[in-house]
Amino acid sequence: MPEYSFKLNGEQVTVNVPGNVRLLWVLRDILGVTGPKYGCGLGVCQACTSHINGKAVNICSVPVEQLKPNDEVVTIEGLPATVGKDLHPMQEAWLKHDVAQCGYCQPGQIMAAVAHVNKARKGPGREIDDDDMDNIRNICRCGTYQRIRAAIKDGAENMPRGSRPNP
Amino acid sequence: MTSHRASPEPDNSAPEGTGRRQFLGYLLAAPTLVVATRLIGDVVDPPKAAAAGLPPTPALADVYDLSDALTDATRPTANLITVEVREDGTIHHASPVSENGQGITTALAMVIAEEMSVPLQRVKVTLADARPELLFNQLTGGSNNLHAKSEPLRIAAAIAREQMMTTAAKQWGVSRNDLTVRDGVIRHPDGRSADYGSLATAAAALTTTAVATPPLKPRSEYTIIGTKQDRIDALEMVTGRKTYAGDLKIPGALPTMVHRGPDIGATIKSVENRDEVAMMPGVTDVGVITNGVAVRAQTFGQCIDAVRALKVKWHPGPLANESDDTVLKKLKDATIPMPPAPPGAKVLEFDFVNYFNSNTPLETGFAVADVRSDSAEIWYASKIPIIALQEIAQRLGLPQNAVTFHVVPGGGSFGRRLFHDPAMDAAEASQLFGKPVRLMWHRSDDFRHGRAHPMAVSRVRATYLGDQVLSYMQHHTSVKTDFGHGLGEIITGTLSKQELGNLSVAEGIYQLTTKTFYNFGLTESLLNEIPLPFWTSSMRNVYSPNVRCAQELMVDQLANAMGKDPLEFRLAYGKSEYHPVLRKAAELGEWGRKLPDGVAQGIAIADEYKHRICTLVEIDCRPETVNREVTPAPEEGYVTGPRVTKVTVVVEPAHVYDPNGFEAQLQGGTNDGIAIALTFSNHIKDGLPLEGSWDQGYYTRQWNTPREMTIHFLPNTYDERRTPGGAGELAVAPAMAAVACAYAHATGTMPTEFPINHNNELPFHPFPTQPPMPQSHTDGLDHAY
Repeated sequence: MPEYSFKLNGEQVTVNVPGNVRLLWVLRDILGVTGPKYGCGLGVCQACTSHINGKAVNICSVPVEQLKPNDEVVTIEGLPATVGKDLHPMQEAWLKHDVAQCGYCQPGQIMAAVAHVNKARKGPGREIDDDDMDNIRNICRCGTYQRIRAAIKDGAENMPRGSRPNP
Repeated sequence: MTSHRASPEPDNSAPEGTGRRQFLGYLLAAPTLVVATRLIGDVVDPPKAAAAGLPPTPALADVYDLSDALTDATRPTANLITVEVREDGTIHHASPVSENGQGITTALAMVIAEEMSVPLQRVKVTLADARPELLFNQLTGGSNNLHAKSEPLRIAAAIAREQMMTTAAKQWGVSRNDLTVRDGVIRHPDGRSADYGSLATAAAALTTTAVATPPLKPRSEYTIIGTKQDRIDALEMVTGRKTYAGDLKIPGALPTMVHRGPDIGATIKSVENRDEVAMMPGVTDVGVITNGVAVRAQTFGQCIDAVRALKVKWHPGPLANESDDTVLKKLKDATIPMPPAPPGAKVLEFDFVNYFNSNTPLETGFAVADVRSDSAEIWYASKIPIIALQEIAQRLGLPQNAVTFHVVPGGGSFGRRLFHDPAMDAAEASQLFGKPVRLMWHRSDDFRHGRAHPMAVSRVRATYLGDQVLSYMQHHTSVKTDFGHGLGEIITGTLSKQELGNLSVAEGIYQLTTKTFYNFGLTESLLNEIPLPFWTSSMRNVYSPNVRCAQELMVDQLANAMGKDPLEFRLAYGKSEYHPVLRKAAELGEWGRKLPDGVAQGIAIADEYKHRICTLVEIDCRPETVNREVTPAPEEGYVTGPRVTKVTVVVEPAHVYDPNGFEAQLQGGTNDGIAIALTFSNHIKDGLPLEGSWDQGYYTRQWNTPREMTIHFLPNTYDERRTPGGAGELAVAPAMAAVACAYAHATGTMPTEFPINHNNELPFHPFPTQPPMPQSHTDGLDHAY
């Protein structure tokens, strides 16, 4: 069985698994990391959103063989450590606005939110706004969209600029 | 039998939560203090005050509604609602109702924390295993949980508090009346104090003893109920630590999926290549179960590969010849004819078509099963675990008491988890393979073989003469809603007890949820169902959204025919109890404000679960908005369409325990109403929905949700029953109706099909039916952002 190695939440991990198995299943079924959720396996619902080298990726659509040993995968479990705290400012904002209902999509929502804030900041002097948030594709079947928007604006204010690792 | 008409006036003199009901509590023999309560005695509820103005024909729901029926059904068997105090000072309650995101565990924790005067964080609410002795009390549905469960729980908490106080008083040799409690600490004026935890053992009962109900905390002293509190499971949810069924680490429970048929209810003729598939990488087992061919493998990715590789021949199911148009024809043919209109009256008559809407919670059907030769253990987010346990035990050929059914938190339900088919799939597969399984439904399984709100046609006729509405009739014809999960027996059982006639289950629920809102003279609302065996369910409500939407559209038509403004007409003809919510929504939502052409407002009212509600929306139907794009464009189809830009919701609540959770449910329910009005449906073709993902079934997305949503509560003035009402479904009907009305105003065309985009050219390419699920993509990294 082929062997694949990558960094997961700061630690080097190695797995023996066929190379076409998607990263979502490698994390959930083999490594027992269950923060990223399955919602469709098609890159549509985005509940599995995690970060690879600082960018948001739907890991249901990434065969594990595409990862290199130096690739850094961060799931919701590893998000706080990227800012050296117990909770990332976006998680704090989620708590402040009491966003989650069933909670199932929320790890993916938070990981997507952090990436969208960083993406908006690529524009000089820009911060995320309502137009940017219209393009967030993560589904919330409980319909928490209003609180998600409020939390993202709030979380962005407390997210340090340049906190994102270089791709 | 009990009577609901025994008292002519609301019983406002009774103390908080008592008077109408008698309770008996128990101290249970246990190492630390455990209190249990059950309800006994009769229930006497007052009728509501008579309506003012031109009286419509009274509807059953006007005097006794679904919340009452469900609550009364649970009363005689509400035994063993327990509250336990542990030595670490935490208070524990195993809730018989399930948590699927609606916040019920937080609301129940608030009830306990309030009555015991402990910080909310010290109350731990878990989900009880299936307990057949609880009968109807272990049902989560109809938005009645808090309504039904809070009173016995509050009594139990009060008994626990009193037991703590008397234990402290005994230990200190003082009078109980000199003691106070705050934040879980009992204090005497002399400075002595003791935490609940330190008294938990001393307060424990040696033998189970019946105790009387102590005085309850007066509402004026509440510091938790009615205040903004955060959900008790919020931290777990934002850190990814909350454990859903698919996250459970049960030894040996490997991923398992099912190859399902090309149409609903198809049955297996033969499996052509079972041995070949069993040799695929990672695959451990392949075998036939009731709903298809189960595959167990090391990862779900390998399950998908194996399911797709299976070659299976099928016998068509009972719906293989059914599509949207055949179902529509059957519904129209079955619609009960309207009686002749009064001579000389003007007649308005319309048919409103509501297509199927999928339940599809975000967590698909996940269940874990470990079936042995003489026992079984099941984990599933069931809303009716007793029925699930009984049916699974029967299917497995095991006695009920050999099956343990654990209720786990669910990732949403919206009616889906009233049904336990994923747990049954898991149980059958585990028994067949002789190994534990962790079973998952694919998203396409969930859309295609899961549950859906039934398609329905509402025929509405109003007659009028001058400015007098003479009659309003609504004949609602629906594909049969499946109440086969046990809720049905509860409703019919209660109905016959209430001597409300020999209504069928569906008719009963329809009549319990269909109120009259307007003084329209002769008023009639009837339900007819056609028995097509689609897998249907309630979906954040049963009939109300479709029924209310049709009625509010007709109200606007009447207003237009009489040359009146829609709000003015509603205030003139609407029953007076709805005027406060209408006026406040109109004020906050700036009814009548100047808007560009193609942008308009709509307003609608509803009344359910003990709350009155009015929703006012603004919708933008200008071409530049309708045709807007999402960037980057999704690969599959997606819809933008008309956008609801602003929503104002005003609620006159019965009694709000958890305003923060209530607001969240109103926001979510409004997004559901927008979805079923504009975008979200299933297209049926040859016995199967075409939808297979969220870029095909268009639940509201960020680009379709309003940027402005205001939720406003009027004071609690509608609390004659003194129990809190449900919140999870309340906002859906008025949102759907208001959006439809606004769309009609904005476009000049009244919509008659819902969602309004349903018969547009299909904006996606349906997945094939064989193989039954699409393969995952491999280009995730290309879309990194």
